[in-house]
Amino acid sequence: MYSEKVMDHFTNPRNVGEIEDANGIGQVGNAKCGDIMKMYLKIEDNIVVDAKFKTFGCGAAVATSSMATELVIGKTVEEAMKVTNKAVAEALDGLPPQKMHCSNLAEEAIAAALEDYRRKNGEAPNEAIDCTGCCCGCGHSHGFEEDSEEE
Amino acid sequence: MVDRIIYLDHAATTYVKPEVFDAMKPYFSEHFGNASSIYSIGRESKKAVEEAREKVARAIGAQPREIYFTGSGSEADNWALKGVAAAYKQKGKHIITSKIEHPAVLNTCKYLEKEGFEVTYLPVDGDGLVSLEDVRNAIKENTILISIMFANNEIGTIQPINEIGAIAREKGVLFHTDAVQAVGNVAIDVEELNVDLLSLSGHKFYGPKGVGALYVRKGVKISSLIHGGQQERGKRASTENIPSIVGLGRAIELATENMEEYNKRITELREKTIEGLMAKVPYIKLNGHRTKRLPGNVNISFQFIEGESLLLMLDMKGVCGSSGSACSSGSLDPSHVLLAIGLTHEIAHGSLRLSFGDDNTLEDVEYLLKEIPNIVSRLRDMSPLYEAVKNKQKQ
Repeated sequence: MYSEKVMDHFTNPRNVGEIEDANGIGQVGNAKCGDIMKMYLKIEDNIVVDAKFKTFGCGAAVATSSMATELVIGKTVEEAMKVTNKAVAEALDGLPPQKMHCSNLAEEAIAAALEDYRRKNGEAPNEAIDCTGCCCGCGHSHGFEEDSEEE
Repeated sequence: MVDRIIYLDHAATTYVKPEVFDAMKPYFSEHFGNASSIYSIGRESKKAVEEAREKVARAIGAQPREIYFTGSGSEADNWALKGVAAAYKQKGKHIITSKIEHPAVLNTCKYLEKEGFEVTYLPVDGDGLVSLEDVRNAIKENTILISIMFANNEIGTIQPINEIGAIAREKGVLFHTDAVQAVGNVAIDVEELNVDLLSLSGHKFYGPKGVGALYVRKGVKISSLIHGGQQERGKRASTENIPSIVGLGRAIELATENMEEYNKRITELREKTIEGLMAKVPYIKLNGHRTKRLPGNVNISFQFIEGESLLLMLDMKGVCGSSGSACSSGSLDPSHVLLAIGLTHEIAHGSLRLSFGDDNTLEDVEYLLKEIPNIVSRLRDMSPLYEAVKNKQKQ
């Protein structure tokens, strides 16, 4: 069901944990739906120098979290903002259709953490991102409607 | 990867026992005849089917002519509900069932609702038990059938079938029980239990897949689901699946012979696992009734972690289990059974079902008690929900 890369990132997740002095923290998802991702970023001179995560969720949720941290480390804030769910899924050699929402969650976790960073720096409006990333809750298609339907 | 596999999903399916397979073998090539044919090789097949029918009947205290072979447990459930609904629709169009039935019953009920039947879905308590008071109160003038499962496939809770049967009998309502999980695991006597229809499935007690049976008490009317030839006394057309029917017969015979010893052994494995996990792992909950449960069923919710992750980690340690989490079911909602017993979505997502069987040993239990706590703590260390709890404790 899962690619080798997904299983690798699930069994040996990279960057699990918290960052004590993180300056961008975002949490998305909902326990009701069975997945929550919390992303910690440390940004220095506009560069993501460290990223860590904590995730409650299935194998794909853990793997996408792990891959998302790898993808953003070393990127500028602007570049990190452009990391899409597709990029995360592709980096993992794909996800089963019913698991694509996990990659949306990863994209949203990054976005939420970056938003938090920009808000703290007065660069973004002082409001939270609406979408919880919970596909049974918000009805947001995340651009994967045709793929994420039940099999 | 791992040097041994510990199979703990016997509620999903079992392997075919060698004795069962041996009994089946001659009926593929050697005795391949159609049981409806007049010549000798056909008569041999017919004889084999009737012997299997006797074995099934004996196992549940029925008469052979009350046993009809089907293609599966799901077919038996479908047939019981649709067949009784069609045969008794002049009498009434109300059916009573429970919220924790197997989809083979629940989705058949939903279908019947579309066909104009009214269905009452009884709730269950925190242990998964249906209340007798609720059963009694739900019966109306136009109630034709009560269908309550014998034992639940997920949480293992065994219903008060005898008492429900007595109420149904008293009120003149037919009583069907989906006993797919129970047959071969607990002693069943349809006479004692006042059951009018009972579904069973071969592959849950070391028989082959793709064969089941429906018990229909003499005198109960039932419309056919599959129309065609005169097989199964004209009630269920299809050329008989002789090898599988023979296998089902042999498997149920073996299960009945060894029931007491098997039960004792499997219950011990269950108890040691439940007690061991309860003692070793904090923030867990046993789902299903503490004692009124299938001998091999363990169903535990682990807070702060998700079931599929747990299954994947267990798989890497060679352990095969199952979960009621949404992610492992392929839908967005966790198990309807776990929600019906009052679990929150969050707790239901972290459930693990282990179902013991003939091939399991105390050594397996020791292995589980060593590995599961490690896996759970590893996943909890990764979980933001657990982090929140730990932070609260620190304050």
